[in-house]
Amino acid sequence: MDYEIVIGLEIHTELKTNSKIFCGCSTKFGSEQNTNVCPVCLGLPGVLPVINEKVVEFAIKAGVALNCEILPFSKFDRKNYYYPDLPKNFQTSQYDLPIAVNGHLDIEVNGETKRINITRIHMEEDAGKLVHSGATISSSDSALVDYNRTGVPLLEIVSEPDIRSAEEARAYLEKVKAILEYLDVSDCKMEEGSLRCDANISLRPHGQAALGTKAEIKNLNSFRSVQRGIEYEVIRQEEILDDGGRVIQETRTWDENKGITASMRSKEQAHDYRYLPEPDLVPIVVDPARVAEIRANLPELPDARRQRLMNNYGLSEYDAGIITSSKAVADYFDQSVQNNGDAKVVANWLMGEVSKHLNSEGITILDCPVSPKQLTELLTLIEKGTISNKIAKTVFEEMWTSRKDAEVIVKEKGLVQISDSSEIVAIVESVIAANPRSVADFKAGKDKAIGFLVGQIMKQTKGRANPDMVNTLLRERL
Amino acid sequence: MKITCKDVANVALLSRLEFSESELETFTGQMDAILEYADVLNKLNVDNVQPTAHVLPLRNVMRADEAKPSLSRELALSNAPEQEDGYFKVPKIMEG
Repeated sequence: MDYEIVIGLEIHTELKTNSKIFCGCSTKFGSEQNTNVCPVCLGLPGVLPVINEKVVEFAIKAGVALNCEILPFSKFDRKNYYYPDLPKNFQTSQYDLPIAVNGHLDIEVNGETKRINITRIHMEEDAGKLVHSGATISSSDSALVDYNRTGVPLLEIVSEPDIRSAEEARAYLEKVKAILEYLDVSDCKMEEGSLRCDANISLRPHGQAALGTKAEIKNLNSFRSVQRGIEYEVIRQEEILDDGGRVIQETRTWDENKGITASMRSKEQAHDYRYLPEPDLVPIVVDPARVAEIRANLPELPDARRQRLMNNYGLSEYDAGIITSSKAVADYFDQSVQNNGDAKVVANWLMGEVSKHLNSEGITILDCPVSPKQLTELLTLIEKGTISNKIAKTVFEEMWTSRKDAEVIVKEKGLVQISDSSEIVAIVESVIAANPRSVADFKAGKDKAIGFLVGQIMKQTKGRANPDMVNTLLRERL
Repeated sequence: MKITCKDVANVALLSRLEFSESELETFTGQMDAILEYADVLNKLNVDNVQPTAHVLPLRNVMRADEAKPSLSRELALSNAPEQEDGYFKVPKIMEG
């Protein structure tokens, strides 16, 4: 049977603050275990948490950027559950009065625009990290806990079940990530866990209004696993339903290595969070003037930036979309263009050589060894005819490893393009003389034979001969 | 509202408490009496009353985003029943 896929995403993002949400401990990632902890985040008796004003500001920013309504009165609540990643046995979160509600985000999938509604955004504290001492969770008889991450500020962004495919889920997540990066409220490093995603997935026969039973998939730690995890879960539920079975409402974890989702059975059977208003924190009242001020000062967001790249530089929607999907890449582009780079050439290099090198080393553009200024200098050498496009790729390679400027490399390696026609003519003639057979083939109508002759000329000049001139001069002489 | 032994057993489980059969019965009766007493509140008309979010008339108590020194790890772990390599050590969590 053909089912409709219904997906809602819960995105957790760690905010880029100096200190934790309710105490002054550092939020630094990668510190030694249990060194960024204090009585407040360890949940010792008698302590008083106080909200970090930056968290509220970032939450409002994210809310406004995601087209939400900012509630004028918001409060914190205790979400009770027993799991040792929380030393207090409850997570301080927001229940019925979150900071932002009723937002939406438009995404593009396969050339079509689709609106995904956002139910709510709330502020909460992150939990600690468990390190299992055995080979797997189930074979361990104990666990080790690091509470450094406990109390790191989080925003949870909850979508409506408006997503209909794994591609849409991925596009939505990518766009939320881009917006959070543009707002500069989160690092959004999925590999470090500062952006995480859970997916609620259910199936229903086409045309049925009621939702099917959902499973919640956790541990989707990369864009790839979001897509793969959802695809797997959809097939799993399809098979159950096709066999006349019933999907069990449960939490499942995505296993990236095995490529499957597996049920997470917890000793805690009764999931009853018993939310109650947090008595240690007083409510937050947001003045509409404050919201208006934040709205007025929002930075340029991905959609606006994409439009600007299309309008100002004539980039295609596709190219502009790729460049602006990451703020760092878009910044690199803008800096290159400001250094007098031709926008379209810069775009081609960014999506070509630069991204190829970044991908093969698994780094982001923030760690790119070639600066925007260096890239534009290289492009200027091509424009002036000093080097050919092909040689430029060799120079770029060298710039990547040696970090030297293009001009220095071109001089050191003698890569200046030969555009002196008498010099090229001499080489053309010597190659014609040395390869009578190819010449004859070409004259007999085998057009391909000219490629061999061009190759020989390029070989003799180590690729430095101006390719257009070689072609013209060679054809003239044949 | 009538409280049953099952309700009390559930609350006990959530609170990590273990009761004997007779305790369960005693507490069920006591809790029922308490709730019945508090039930008088249900007779009030609260249609135009906002739920209380906090008992103090305070709003927007916030702190600046400044990192302060944390506890030393030794001190942080000093009350832990068990510890290992600078971590808090806890019993097994997931069922196999």
